[in-house]
Amino acid sequence: MIGLANPTRFLALVERLVPWLAGTTIIMLAVGLYLALFVAPPDYQQGETVRIMFVHVPAAWLAMGGYALIAIASLGTLIWRHPLADVAAKAAAPIGATFTFIALVTGSLWGKPMWGTYWVWDARLTSVLVLFLLYLGLIALWQAIEEPGRAGRAAAILALVGAVNLPIIKFSVDWWNTLHQPASVLRAGGPTIDPSLLTPLFVMAIAFALLFATLHLIAMRAEILRRRVRALQQTHVAHAALAEAEA
Amino acid sequence: MPDLGPHAIYILAAYAVTFVALGVLAFMIVEDDRKQRRTLAELEARGIRRRSAGKMKRTKRS
Amino acid sequence: MKAALVLLRRDIKLAWREGGAIGVALGFYLVVIAMMPLGLGPDLNLLSRIAPGILWVALLLAALLSAGRIFANDYEDGSLDVLTTGPLPLPAVAATKCLAHWLTTGIPLVLLGPFLGLLLNLPIGTSLSLVLAMLAGTPAVSFIAGIGASLTLGLRRSGLLIALLVLPLYVPVLIFGVAAVTPYVTGPRSLWAPLLMLAALSLAAIVLAPFAAAAAVRNALR
Repeated sequence: MIGLANPTRFLALVERLVPWLAGTTIIMLAVGLYLALFVAPPDYQQGETVRIMFVHVPAAWLAMGGYALIAIASLGTLIWRHPLADVAAKAAAPIGATFTFIALVTGSLWGKPMWGTYWVWDARLTSVLVLFLLYLGLIALWQAIEEPGRAGRAAAILALVGAVNLPIIKFSVDWWNTLHQPASVLRAGGPTIDPSLLTPLFVMAIAFALLFATLHLIAMRAEILRRRVRALQQTHVAHAALAEAEA
Repeated sequence: MPDLGPHAIYILAAYAVTFVALGVLAFMIVEDDRKQRRTLAELEARGIRRRSAGKMKRTKRS
Repeated sequence: MKAALVLLRRDIKLAWREGGAIGVALGFYLVVIAMMPLGLGPDLNLLSRIAPGILWVALLLAALLSAGRIFANDYEDGSLDVLTTGPLPLPAVAATKCLAHWLTTGIPLVLLGPFLGLLLNLPIGTSLSLVLAMLAGTPAVSFIAGIGASLTLGLRRSGLLIALLVLPLYVPVLIFGVAAVTPYVTGPRSLWAPLLMLAALSLAAIVLAPFAAAAAVRNALR
């Protein structure tokens, strides 16, 4: 971690890692898709629609994992003042938001044949929707503040406030849902998953996680370079103005 | 592709949305990365470079 | 403690003298409530059933409308710089300012609530639980709004941004606030459980939010 605090060394590491990560991601995605669409047997209760689970559940995992990553990176920004922490947090936000979006849309598409409607205010769906809103807030705050240092610290504070609130939000939404439970939410298919479905699920989960890591590293590199460009342009403008003033 | 039953459209739509969303995300990130690298290279070609980068080269040469 | 009281009195006096801000928040509350039946139809049974939710959502929006004021004026005229170097620790400054927002905006909105409830055919009997629930929940509203206000100091379009940042954090307040008032959930226990939850949320917000807001203010002034 200490070695990685040097952005130049980090960029060299990214350069070496990304081709390998990207290659493994593509292989795992291909294997996962094949297992999910062709090999996995239909569920005895949900039939073929259970195949949606292979993209839905890993996306939901990464939606939460992405926020956890941002929260930890935020601690890194505010407490340890690690120079790459806010870069990591900023780069993770759009990726996490995309996985959250995927979890919501695939959940909704799974809901139509299972529940008869695209959206139910099921406790889990509602919590994921709130998570999506938190991601949007983070991204908006980053875009609203010009100076990267200030933006990073403000977003870190917001991310930690959100992390403290998420369990409370989850609890209140569960409580609210049991208060007025609509009949349609009674889900078919119990909590147990057949082992024949577990292998494709885990392969897809690993593939998505690898994709997250690959994109995250590339996005971090882009962010580091963006800051260098910004710093160069500023000093250049300052020098030019100085030269003009002297002349 | 096996027979996906009566709900095939939902299953295919779920996979399509997933991979379109991930594709757009990947494209945007890679494109952003390329753009930043290009801009940085252009700036350096115009002789604008970072002081720390210059320093590193000098120490290497000495 | 004395410095906090002085600051509190000053903030309340400023909010009062500005006058418009409180009036605008109350007027906004009234307008949102008045629009609802026009959109939903005049069916009084429907309105009384959804009145608690509408009253709470409109209250959250009205409170957010004035949230920017918590720090923005002092940020612009530089008094916030003075306050950071003053005798009062910055989290205490933030807490005092959120408290002033609650006293000058939260409480007037709460007091208007039962009257707006009449427009929505909310049974008079629930007025007391409405006021109690709103009194218990609005401190959390003001203190969490303080976080949003401090994070967006000096930004363009900060009002919209505050809403996007803060509204998701209001989900628990909204849920328990509505549960405390929902008339068809009867019996004393069903009132007390959400009421205590609201009080707990407010206490947690009062304890934790000032630290987040203070960190954000310091970051904005850097």
